[in-house]
Amino acid sequence: MSDIKIKITDREGVSHEIDAPTDMNMNLMEVVRSYELAPEGTIGICGGMAMCASCQCYIKSEHELPEKSDDEEAMLAEAFYVKDNSRLGCQIHMSEDLDGLEVALAPAEP
Amino acid sequence: MIKTDILIIGAGPTGLFAVFEAGLLKLKCHLIDALPQAGGQCSEIYPKKPIYDIPGFPDILAGELVDNLMEQIKPFQPGFTLGERAETIEKLEDDTFVVTTNKGTKHQAPIVAIAGGLGSFEPRKPLLEDLSKFEDKGIAYIIKDPEVYRNKSVVIAGGGDSALDWSIFLADVASEVTLVHRRNEFRGALDSVEKVQELKNQGKINLITPAEIVGLQGEDNLQAVVIKKAGDHEKEFTLAVDNFIPLFGLSPKLGPIGDWGLEIEKNAIRVDNSLDYQTNIPGIYAIGDVNTYPGKLKLILCGFHEATLMCQSAYQRIFPDKKYVMKYTTVGGVTGFDGSKKEAPKAVVKAIE
Repeated sequence: MSDIKIKITDREGVSHEIDAPTDMNMNLMEVVRSYELAPEGTIGICGGMAMCASCQCYIKSEHELPEKSDDEEAMLAEAFYVKDNSRLGCQIHMSEDLDGLEVALAPAEP
Repeated sequence: MIKTDILIIGAGPTGLFAVFEAGLLKLKCHLIDALPQAGGQCSEIYPKKPIYDIPGFPDILAGELVDNLMEQIKPFQPGFTLGERAETIEKLEDDTFVVTTNKGTKHQAPIVAIAGGLGSFEPRKPLLEDLSKFEDKGIAYIIKDPEVYRNKSVVIAGGGDSALDWSIFLADVASEVTLVHRRNEFRGALDSVEKVQELKNQGKINLITPAEIVGLQGEDNLQAVVIKKAGDHEKEFTLAVDNFIPLFGLSPKLGPIGDWGLEIEKNAIRVDNSLDYQTNIPGIYAIGDVNTYPGKLKLILCGFHEATLMCQSAYQRIFPDKKYVMKYTTVGGVTGFDGSKKEAPKAVVKAIE
């Protein structure tokens, strides 16, 4: 297994091209945290249970992503700044078919 | 004034276990928590989720862990100030601290242990213009006294248990209840979902989905909300209401503790992990998810360890002249402040003939 390239635009609008491992059971929220692209305590607050929306991001590339679970749907229905391409980063598992994925982090909730 | 030995801010697993370790040292504890129940995130966010890394428990539900901790600390009779947020701290001349909550309750102790997790849970507020203008003038995020809504027309927004449960409850109190949610599906207990369906069929709850509230109208007090209905029949309309209750759950905020003069790093409180998890202010400790140090892991099991060392240091601080040697509970048993005594059964010494 190898790393994949992901383009992440942080909340300040700065774009980062990073390598994400596919062999460490990581999700997108954890990748963002590992590169510290958003301050600790402002992302992944619930730890990845789809129970907060602090890892919300907008999917900008055309990748086929796995369907949203009921929990993710429900959380996004209560989140703010939601758009049609919103997903919770913690529910997006890093896999080789996501090579080239482009996302932007949604604003932090006030 | 509530007086105690160790004032613990945050009644999550770490704060609760600190009561036990303090109790072994005959130190009394009092806990403050912004939530109305003990348990912190374990009770509020994921009571039904299993945890697999509590030593000695192959798996345990977060809610059960809290129940167990409450049982374990019962002999040490902790005090609780629940539903109030620790707001200010003041150091007195005798080196004790006075912590005052947002409701004005005062607590005094020589030791303050902040076990605040990710912070105090605050209601999530929708992003609406003039929202703050109407707060307490028609808009509330927490229902304290349902009688306020008697014979009023109320609109509730949200799709979880609290939105469902309050819609059901207020259907009998308010003159009119409207429930607005962004999707047709609700996430709640099956009973609640079915009950809302029944009340909707009876015309007692006016259900508007998928829709959201996009505007507020009124002079001094809230008089109407603007509702945007999505889907096939997209339209925007105004609904006259007396009250609007947005119920979008809670999210943790570090809050006022951030202004106590403590060293903050990465939204957490910097502590001395080489010794006792004390902060830059002597006498104030930070344990569990709320603290940070090199190599910090936000795990419940780490919080337990930090709580234990904090109590030892607190003891030395309160009794600088006393010599103390740690005693195993297996050897010393557990003597509660309530007079209860737990100890290992004595082995029988008897000859076998």
